[in-house]
Amino acid sequence: MTSGAAEAAGLRRRTRAGWLLSTPALVLLAAGAAGPLLVVLVFSFLSQGEYGGVSLPFSGEAWFRIFLQRDIFDGTVSAADAHLAIFWRSVWISLATTLITFAMGLPTAWFIATRPPGQRSLWLFLITIPFWTNLLIRTFAIMEVIRNEGLLNTALLSLGVIDQPIQILFTDWATLIGTTYVYLPLMVLPLYAAIDRFDMRLLEAGYDLYASRWSVLRRVILPLVRPGIVAGCILVFIPSLGAYVTPRILGGGKNMMIGNFIELQFGQARNWPLGAALSMALMVVVMAALLVYVRVSAREGRDD
Amino acid sequence: MTEIRVAAAPDAPPLAATRTAPPFSVTRMPGFGLVAVASFAVLYLPIITLVIFSFNASTSMSSWGGLSLDWYRAAWRNEVVQEATVRSLILATSAAVISTTVATLAALGTTRQGRFPGRTAIYAMVNQPLMVPEIVTAVSLLIVFGFVRSLTGYQGLGYLILAHSAFCVPFAYLPIRARLEGMDRTLELAAADLYASPVQAFRRITLPLLAPGIMAGAMLAFVVSLDDVVITEFVKSAGQDTLATYMLGQFRRTLTPEVNAISTALLGFTLVLLTGFFLITRKRARDPR
Amino acid sequence: MQHDPNNHGGQHVSARPAVSAERVTKRFGQGTADVRALDEVSVSVARGEFFTLLGPSGCGKTTLLRCIAGFETPSAGRIHLNGKDITDEPPNRRRVNTVFQSYALFPHLTVAQNVAFGLEMMGKPRAEVSRTVDRMLALVRLDQLAARRPEALSGGQQQRVALARALAPQPEVLLLDEPLSALDLKLRKEMQSELKRLQHETGITFVFVTHDQEEALTMSDRIGVMSTGRLLQVGPPREIYNRPVNRFVADFIGETNFIPAMAQGGQVRLASGEVVGESAQAGPVTVAIRPEQIRLSEPGEVGGIPATVEGATYLGTDSHIHLRLKDGSPVVARVPSLPSAEPGPAPGSSVGLRVAPGAVQVLED
Repeated sequence: MTSGAAEAAGLRRRTRAGWLLSTPALVLLAAGAAGPLLVVLVFSFLSQGEYGGVSLPFSGEAWFRIFLQRDIFDGTVSAADAHLAIFWRSVWISLATTLITFAMGLPTAWFIATRPPGQRSLWLFLITIPFWTNLLIRTFAIMEVIRNEGLLNTALLSLGVIDQPIQILFTDWATLIGTTYVYLPLMVLPLYAAIDRFDMRLLEAGYDLYASRWSVLRRVILPLVRPGIVAGCILVFIPSLGAYVTPRILGGGKNMMIGNFIELQFGQARNWPLGAALSMALMVVVMAALLVYVRVSAREGRDD
Repeated sequence: MTEIRVAAAPDAPPLAATRTAPPFSVTRMPGFGLVAVASFAVLYLPIITLVIFSFNASTSMSSWGGLSLDWYRAAWRNEVVQEATVRSLILATSAAVISTTVATLAALGTTRQGRFPGRTAIYAMVNQPLMVPEIVTAVSLLIVFGFVRSLTGYQGLGYLILAHSAFCVPFAYLPIRARLEGMDRTLELAAADLYASPVQAFRRITLPLLAPGIMAGAMLAFVVSLDDVVITEFVKSAGQDTLATYMLGQFRRTLTPEVNAISTALLGFTLVLLTGFFLITRKRARDPR
Repeated sequence: MQHDPNNHGGQHVSARPAVSAERVTKRFGQGTADVRALDEVSVSVARGEFFTLLGPSGCGKTTLLRCIAGFETPSAGRIHLNGKDITDEPPNRRRVNTVFQSYALFPHLTVAQNVAFGLEMMGKPRAEVSRTVDRMLALVRLDQLAARRPEALSGGQQQRVALARALAPQPEVLLLDEPLSALDLKLRKEMQSELKRLQHETGITFVFVTHDQEEALTMSDRIGVMSTGRLLQVGPPREIYNRPVNRFVADFIGETNFIPAMAQGGQVRLASGEVVGESAQAGPVTVAIRPEQIRLSEPGEVGGIPATVEGATYLGTDSHIHLRLKDGSPVVARVPSLPSAEPGPAPGSSVGLRVAPGAVQVLED
């Protein structure tokens, strides 16, 4: 047997073994996660059924309706302001969440990474506890803090800063506070991983070459932990954009984000094609964000 | 440090005694410590408040009426809560067992066979639930399972078990794969060299060394399943509340500290599991290999 | 069985070699970009022999060892163990055991369980397993540590466990893949004599891989020198050292002066005219002379090769005297250091060089 043939036979055997071992997982995921997404894709190109659901014919109407609306009387096309307001809210809340969690997360991750080695895993553990704690519990906990009779208002009232409670709950601010609170650990963990790999001797080199603390941060630390920053931002931005529980509980019924708007289409609005199109649109945005992440991390990987 | 030196040598040069600035530390960044402490406070204060109020004797969620376990008792006696708890545990156990089993096989398939065509596709598929917003998965399952439901008439827990097992796969897969990748391949060669057949080598060497990874994966899967709200809310049949969806329902009515009590109990349970996970992975970190 | 023309190891070869490779080739990669890790290597190792594969990293010595162990399948050629073709046998059916460079001790098993592993896999009865384990641990002097985990052992102790584990099933051949490279110098010296002792006591054939020429010279019955996938020379240490077949072997083992010369009429002359050896060929050749075979004499003495001193390097017991011949070739002589503080002949002074007649090797270029 020639070596090429032996090699090819080996590769065939390994390929078969690899796929065979992965098959149960793939079947499970196809049935319980990935497969149904295709159905949603198809639904987004169907027409609205009479009593909910979908019906033929195929149509691009649902995708059209994401951004635009037709006047029922004269058929003129205009921007769907209500939809745009919801998208805008989703985007600005997600961006603001990403920014705030980064501003809080970088110092926190740095703090953990510069603890003595024996303590580090404990501090890290303290970050992972809220991360793994039930989302509802955390949302409930922050709700207890910001509601009118909650911790925050009570404290401010008794300090005399305000003379009547600030209405935070059921506003966009409540949603922002909630997403920030809920997703902060998702920012800290990848940042920590990047800082942990950072060679602290580079700091000595930086100071040795007359850099100030600010320049060291900006010129040495931030460029080198960039993969962690990108990962953290993506990890916070994506779930924020698709958030459902937090805006539902903290934002109240009116301050919907995309997630709640999608649910609405499958519930009271009974517009499945629009809900399906919105879901697919959300997925496209998320995939685009992930692609950016893959590109950046691949480039960083080559630099190493 | 400075004081000791001064005390030991009273006629030390005044330079040492008058020095007030802390020694230069390369890793210190001004204000970072403060923000970090604030972050930890922000993360923990709400949770701690929630736990404290679960022991409140008063019905009110804002005024303290003395220490009591009344709300735990109320939750314990609440049949809906009991049922939801049992359902949550059954669901989390099934999802953990199923997802960890398939994830272990997939991890062996993707790390033990070298590179082969399609490996990246398998990675992508296994991690797919992490990449798709939960609400999108939820509505897609709502549509498909709704169709199956009307077709077969089956109303059981199967839908939830399938959905939970599927989205738990990446959580089980990642620690197992990490463990496998950290494992020294020569150990398996050494076993073969010492007359172990491939099956014996797997059973006697690979599996025992992989066990902590499998345990960690199963624990994560269990916690993730227990915590899930969105997909469960969309997939469940009528009357199939889990603890999480029961609590979500409670937000529609006037809240009582009963929710605090349930939350605290769930929190405690998660904490026990996570501590176990923490100890397992820390032991692994100390393991020189 | 085809015999390698370089194989001069007459004294050990018995009727049937313990292990032999026959024109073994191993290619990695595919198509035009393939790398020949082994190129038609043929070698046979006699029963009870301590055989060393010596060469720089990447020369193919470890690949050959892995082919014998069964971790790699040769692209071409056969491997025989005790006359039986084992080329297609999986590693777990080959009666050979390996001491891995990284030791590869099972971290979840105790020392005794590690040593017992092979015996259990062979299906030996329990009593025999425990008897053999005790004997092996006594052999490597680790009986006190039987219940320990590998992580609780020092590097040297782990090394002994790896040895005991590989010896316990009484393999036909023991393969050792640079087993001493992770140890510090003192421990390495200790383990060298320990290995010799173990081989003597067990009578097992050892195939040892190293890149350390000194290790190879002190421990081996025979050495096979490898470079870029080929076996260049096989022979006992003295022969390899004194009669290297080519420039690579001469250069890799010990220190050597290479001096250009001319062969004509059966004689080899340096550019300055002195006859230093004999050769059947004609044309330009290279002569190799070990620094310690060169003696310094008074300039102008009969038979001395004139040279100029350029400097000296103190090495402790010996000193290196750096010299230059008339034709410009640099030469190093190794002479015993004098007890006085004198560094040797002054730079710039003229000396004569004397070389023992048998110490000059004429190499093909």
